[in-house]
Amino acid sequence: MPELGQMALILALLLAVVQAAFPLLGAWRGSAALMRMARPAAAGQFVFLLLAYAVLTHAFLVNDFSVRYVAENSNLTLPWYYRFSAVWGAHAGSLLLWVLILNFWTLAVAVFSRRLPEVFVARVLGVMGMVSVGFLTFSVFTSNPFIRVLPAPANGMDLNPVLQDPGLVMHPPMLYMGYVGFSVAFAFAIAALLGGAFDNNWVRWARPWTNAAFGFLTAGIVLGSWWSYAELGWGGWWFWDPVENASFMPWLVGAALIHAQAVTEKRGGLRAWTLLLSIFAFSLSLLGTFLVRSGLLTSVHAFASDPRRGLFILMLLGLAVGASLLLYALRAPKVAGGKPFALASRETLVVVGNLMLVVAAAMVMIGTLYPIVGDALHLGRVSIGPPYFGPLFIAMMAPVVVLLPFGPFARWGRADPREWKRVGLIAAPAAVVGGSLFAWAASGGMPPWQAWLGGLSSAWVVAGVVLYVRKRWISVPAGRRYPAEMAGMLLGHLGVGIFLAGALLTNALSVETDVRLAPGQTASIGAYTFRFEGVDDVRGPNWIAHQGTVVVTQNGQQVAVLHPQKREYSGDVVQTEAAVSAGLFRDLYVALGESLGGHGAWALRLYDKPFVRWVWLGGLFMALGGFVTLLDRRFRVRAPAGETPPAAVADALPPPRPREAGA
Amino acid sequence: MRPIRRRRIILIGLILAAVAAATSAMVYGLSRNMSYLFTPSQVLAGKAGDFRSFRLGGMVAPGSIWRDPHSLLVKFMVTDGDHTMPVRYTGILPDLFRANQAVIATGHMHGGVFVASEVLAKHDATYMPRELQQAMAQAHAKYHVVLPGAENAP
Repeated sequence: MPELGQMALILALLLAVVQAAFPLLGAWRGSAALMRMARPAAAGQFVFLLLAYAVLTHAFLVNDFSVRYVAENSNLTLPWYYRFSAVWGAHAGSLLLWVLILNFWTLAVAVFSRRLPEVFVARVLGVMGMVSVGFLTFSVFTSNPFIRVLPAPANGMDLNPVLQDPGLVMHPPMLYMGYVGFSVAFAFAIAALLGGAFDNNWVRWARPWTNAAFGFLTAGIVLGSWWSYAELGWGGWWFWDPVENASFMPWLVGAALIHAQAVTEKRGGLRAWTLLLSIFAFSLSLLGTFLVRSGLLTSVHAFASDPRRGLFILMLLGLAVGASLLLYALRAPKVAGGKPFALASRETLVVVGNLMLVVAAAMVMIGTLYPIVGDALHLGRVSIGPPYFGPLFIAMMAPVVVLLPFGPFARWGRADPREWKRVGLIAAPAAVVGGSLFAWAASGGMPPWQAWLGGLSSAWVVAGVVLYVRKRWISVPAGRRYPAEMAGMLLGHLGVGIFLAGALLTNALSVETDVRLAPGQTASIGAYTFRFEGVDDVRGPNWIAHQGTVVVTQNGQQVAVLHPQKREYSGDVVQTEAAVSAGLFRDLYVALGESLGGHGAWALRLYDKPFVRWVWLGGLFMALGGFVTLLDRRFRVRAPAGETPPAAVADALPPPRPREAGA
Repeated sequence: MRPIRRRRIILIGLILAAVAAATSAMVYGLSRNMSYLFTPSQVLAGKAGDFRSFRLGGMVAPGSIWRDPHSLLVKFMVTDGDHTMPVRYTGILPDLFRANQAVIATGHMHGGVFVASEVLAKHDATYMPRELQQAMAQAHAKYHVVLPGAENAP
């Protein structure tokens, strides 16, 4: 069986070479026959990769330990659902998933691009084929998941217990959907640069793909954050860990890109910038993959590393980034253009937001790469932590938050500053009063400054969204008030408001204590009393655990009974399972530390975390915003039936409706 | 032509200002927040002298772990084979903290004792922080360092 997967993988690689070479050649030579090879090659490649992936999944499900990858990452006692997700639990399989998702996007592009000029589609699919060639070569030659180990061991080692969690079943696929989704915008940019001409309809075509990728990436990051909160037992939701930063850099640039694309589509401006951001977003996705997979970083993501692998991805990264930036330097001056805009205009606001997001991404990149580069150059082994990232990030995002409510009110080309003034005069008092009341209620008294800032900034952003919703309600007839594109924008901005409240309130108001408790003893944090009832032994499918029982009361009323665990998996691996009583307004969180000997005393970590759910809720709103824009009719206009020459297809698209344009 | 030129000048000005402000903030932030890793020998040789806060890496010396019976205070020795350094810490130790295992503690020196605010242990059975592995290899070759599985060795 595994040999079948191996065969399928090699055939997929060959088809990827076909998909990369012939359509690009055809587009260059003007050969329609060669260009038409793009779609069948993409479809064939997808089928074979799906087959390879299915074979590997099958090997996991039937416990075929003769496959080395399965033997290293699975076990007879592992529940079937974790055997299913264990496929992407380590390097080789997660790489296969990466390529499979790339092929899924490629296939979707092949299917939904029928109204685009053939030569453009050939270039887009050719570029995606090149990316696929790179990663499939990587997979086949350095990270083959189908290698046998003979004789087969009777039982496998185990999946890393840290990864045995529902949050992790979904986190990598979502994240990869985002990372790889940016390859569409990247391929589009390269195709436009190769062609040397620029057509705004292509941007309109590329936008939903970017928005979807952004939505997936956001959801993936939210899942990762939630997982580390629940699973690592530290109770935080973001640590500025290098692997988190690896996914956050493309997110920041992606956020800039979806706004820049809107400008380019609607006004033709910022073309070169949009192309550059498209290249950056995908390059940072590649960089993220490189950082996480090369073994340079020390974290749960850095699987057993092989220096050849790191070198291979680094070469791939250098080749992709270098070649695309070279192409950009040669061709970008040709594509410049667009309508002029005044200083007070929506374009200017987008440019400012874009700059801040890109600078923040650069800041994160420098902080993440400095320790690696410094180590390589023997400048000493340093680590850079939250004290660097946190304050700088807040400082860089502050202007974005201040300007955010004005964005939707600004017209393209030339905005009316009087309208901004009106908005500011309503939103500012509303934010001060509403935000202060909110922070006051959340803190149960005089709020600390960070909580106050959280309430204020959140109320400011939400007030801007509400005012704009009201304006559309009043000034636009029913049915046309909130096109999907605008609804997505409003949801995303609302998500920013919710996130701000969550992030700042939870940072300001969380109470975290480590205590030593014997059975029957209590500890109080805030209004809550935690009573430790002792520890029992429990047994799961593939672990045994010490399970504590903690009863939480408030004013004598029982609020929650929590069961934190300390699990021991095979191979002497210990894993802390925190117990969380989740609520919209607060989480109560207990993690079991260690046994302190005599009288059954244990070390316990007790957290009261108000509003922590809002962090993820805000992220989910942003993701939802990205997905909702896909429903916009403007993005799905189809060519009239029958044989239509490409030029006429472009003309058949209705012009953008400036008055209803969302950002 | 004029509005385009004007727009370009505004754009370039904005970019330059943002880059200048951001660069200075980043350089300042970096210079303030770098945390170096040292082994006990390096600390005793005075290499960590200039740093208010740094990271101490090494192995937990066997038999050196002492717990206060009434609180979460714990004391232990970190060794790199040549020298040892006492560490005190109040809080919950990581799951994989035990004798003869690699740890990295973040903190500062206080009268010959390293007062840790955070203690990290190796992540799983086959993993050891790469940087620590190198530091210890440099510090001492004789000491038995539990290297990751042969396949993972760099």
